[in-house]
Amino acid sequence: MKVLVPVKRVVDYTVRVRPRSDGSDVDIANLKMSMNPFDEIAMEEAVRLREAGVATEVVAVSIGPAASQDTLRTALAFGADRALLLETEESLAPVVISRALAAVVGEESPDLVLMGKQAIDDDCNQTAQMLAARLGWGQGTFACRLEMGDGEVIVTREVDGGTRIVALKLPAVVSTDLRLNEPRYIKLPNIMKAKKKPLDRRPLDSLGVDTRSGIRMVSVAEPPARKPGVRVADVGELLDKLKNEAQVI
Amino acid sequence: MTVLVVAEHDHRHLADVTRRTVSAALALGDAVDVLVAGQDCQAVGEAAAALEGVSRVLLCDDPTYAYQLAEPLAELVISLASDYSAVLAAATTQGKDFMPRVAARLDVAQVSDITGIEGPTTFERPIYAGNVMARVICEDPIRVITVRPTAFDPVGEGGSASIETVPAAQDPGLSRFVEESLTESERPELGAARVVVSGGRGVGSAEGFQLLESLADELNAAIGASRAAVDAGFVPNDYQVGQTGKVVAPELYIAVGISGAIQHWAGMKDSKVVVAINLDEEAPMVQMADYALVGDLFEVLPALRDGLRTLKS
Repeated sequence: MKVLVPVKRVVDYTVRVRPRSDGSDVDIANLKMSMNPFDEIAMEEAVRLREAGVATEVVAVSIGPAASQDTLRTALAFGADRALLLETEESLAPVVISRALAAVVGEESPDLVLMGKQAIDDDCNQTAQMLAARLGWGQGTFACRLEMGDGEVIVTREVDGGTRIVALKLPAVVSTDLRLNEPRYIKLPNIMKAKKKPLDRRPLDSLGVDTRSGIRMVSVAEPPARKPGVRVADVGELLDKLKNEAQVI
Repeated sequence: MTVLVVAEHDHRHLADVTRRTVSAALALGDAVDVLVAGQDCQAVGEAAAALEGVSRVLLCDDPTYAYQLAEPLAELVISLASDYSAVLAAATTQGKDFMPRVAARLDVAQVSDITGIEGPTTFERPIYAGNVMARVICEDPIRVITVRPTAFDPVGEGGSASIETVPAAQDPGLSRFVEESLTESERPELGAARVVVSGGRGVGSAEGFQLLESLADELNAAIGASRAAVDAGFVPNDYQVGQTGKVVAPELYIAVGISGAIQHWAGMKDSKVVVAINLDEEAPMVQMADYALVGDLFEVLPALRDGLRTLKS
């Protein structure tokens, strides 16, 4: 079984991002970048399937600037067998990314696509579902448990009221939630090994997909600030403030 | 322009989030239709028809939609979408599941989790865990949009829309429902509660959450949690408030033993009043809250509960 894992290079989750002074976009120059945390979980799950002998090959793919090579080297250090970078300097909407990934799936013919449920930069939560729809495949979104069955994958999904289990015919797309696994700590020998693994770089144009979309971001702003709070000394003062000042109890 | 809202329900009751989505739809277009797809869901259709401002309810009562699986539900919405300028659903785990399928098959963008509508094509939405608000323009012929329910007030009742039956779309047969495990609770629903009492790693254990329960009893509150508390197994996953969990905006949010990572703050920052109860006075939640009480929650919570009882009596 072949597993394809799309990964995205994003601003590290510990970094607070702010708008540029002209409000045209966010200012991410010189910020620490990492693999999207949800994609790390997808990568970890794919590698576990490989180690369990269920998957025979794990391929990581990223669509982004040249620096996304770093993200793919991380994927290789996790244990991916090879990686593919489709280079573009443009910031593309999920509708376009899903078009490109569908073309990659056409070339690679994986049995399973495992990917993060959302990127923590644009918070869209769209790409996995869009990819599944374009391919005419089933989808298991927000997975917290995954089990391979006979010609199908059984996915436990985190939903608003609790959890729900669905069985998907293979091939399928699964998007990962936080509790699917805890990604491993990558050891130095694996980082060294990753440097020798194949990483193919091609321009995104080579896929021949239309990169236009109907959506664009026109400006960004800080969210409205809350007024500064106060420290209360004890429960009595807290109750008094909630009742008489805030009037919420 | 005419807008289609895809209703969320459990086949018997219309979800509160749909009332809020209809409110967003009315801000966007001049006519709003609501699609109710389910099994034995006539009552939901009637509830939708009674919503203020709804012109038409499209009722698709068919076993195909018994489990609201994304693949067949998306097919149905796609079969109806060409009559509309916009299709809206709530940004819940259900809306997030099937709506991008609709967008991809129409080959249009999706605008996720909108918090504001500035015009027929201009929307506001949070990015970077809500640390930045983005204004986006979507000029696709059909706008596919998910709506953050807490950002819109629910519409009232008093409408009398017509109910029309629509045929089921073909089930693509890509997935099947196996089972579901839903948290049973007598409490108000987390996303709609007036008060939320939420616990973090500092609560220490599942037993510690019982203190939050007894406080919540006094306030008729829902219980929430930080990711740390869910990961530690104190409470189930559906309690999680945050960037990738539930987004809440109650009148009163009481954060107990929650340090206040930006990912958690993203899920509750629009609460009217935030109270932090924490042993650590350096915790970001203590710095950001409207009222912060530094102290041991095992002493503070019982005292707070007793104080509330006294106030009531």
